[in-house]
Amino acid sequence: MFENVTSEMHERRKSRNLGVAACLAAFIVLLFALTAVKVQQHGIIQGFDHVVRPELLPADGS
Amino acid sequence: MSDATVNPSASSAADRRARDFHRARDYEPSFGDYFALLKPRVMSLVVFTALVGVLAAPSSLHWVEAFAALLFIAVGAGASGALNMWWDADIDAVMRRTAKRPIPSGRVDGQDALYIGVALSLLSAVMLWLTTNLLAAGLLAFTIFFYAVVYSMWLKRSTPQNIVIGGAAGAFPPMIGWVAVTGTLSIEAVLMFAIIFLWTPPHFWALALFMRNDYDNAGVPMLTVTHGRRSTRNHILVYSIIMALFAVGAAFTSLGGPFYLAVALIANAIWLRDAFRIWRRDEAAADSDDFSVEKGFFKFSLLYLFLHFGAIWVEAVLPAGAWGGW
Repeated sequence: MFENVTSEMHERRKSRNLGVAACLAAFIVLLFALTAVKVQQHGIIQGFDHVVRPELLPADGS
Repeated sequence: MSDATVNPSASSAADRRARDFHRARDYEPSFGDYFALLKPRVMSLVVFTALVGVLAAPSSLHWVEAFAALLFIAVGAGASGALNMWWDADIDAVMRRTAKRPIPSGRVDGQDALYIGVALSLLSAVMLWLTTNLLAAGLLAFTIFFYAVVYSMWLKRSTPQNIVIGGAAGAFPPMIGWVAVTGTLSIEAVLMFAIIFLWTPPHFWALALFMRNDYDNAGVPMLTVTHGRRSTRNHILVYSIIMALFAVGAAFTSLGGPFYLAVALIANAIWLRDAFRIWRRDEAAADSDDFSVEKGFFKFSLLYLFLHFGAIWVEAVLPAGAWGGW
């Protein structure tokens, strides 16, 4: 009787763990895909990191 | 294992909570138990109507963005379902229709449902914002708030107009789908909202008729409880007529077209026929055939919504001037 209870509990725990793992993996894949799509749509994005970038300076040099 | 201080047959709310806590603590929920908190059948309807909103919109999203938007709208709907189950656990335990839900059946702890609901609400709104735009995310957040707070915590237990006003929560998804694509509201989005808004009361009042004393036992002021079953039948007919006029009228707007008109005429003819049959019969007649007409109306109402939104989708994809649009 106790073996059955333990086995059922382990089955439920396993399904919960697998389900959460699958959701996390799917979320990571989705976020990667979304990032790839957003970058493709908007072009290469440069973040401001306190380093002078000559290509970002206005053409007249001001 | 049981706690000797807990009386399983006690009716007080504190004892029920203690019993549920101990039952939940002894039982480890499976993934399916947690998933059931999200009301998967409601989620599927939300996904479909939101999908139509996305597809009917004049511009388009990349398919990855569209998939993500629909997913986060569905997660938001599931989150509000979990919050509703957390709040309504006491009346769910009393009603036959809902007694097997995860919390009243002891499979999931109420606090877990609250945490899951809040976490998924935040996740879905933030992710929809990052995927699409702030307006869509704001509408989703408002929808969750409206269903969990305005409907579940306030209207449901305080007024027979609960489902008339609270039904707005289920009407937002196609609007959110549209706004996710276009970034703005439009009359077409409002029309799709209105179709579901008008559909909701007769759908749920038919359910209340054949669920008999379920809502009465739970103390929920459904129309069948506060105004009686005859009044409920009258209301179903009146609201069904209003629904039919609006649904057919929508065929002549930018949302509709000849295909939608054909579908709407047939679906609304059946809808009105069934509503009229519900109105004509009395409780003795309904009891004698186990509320077959009311149950049939309820089942058809799901197909009814599917047909209308399916027709909107067809109008959106058909070439304009041929079958698509006027």
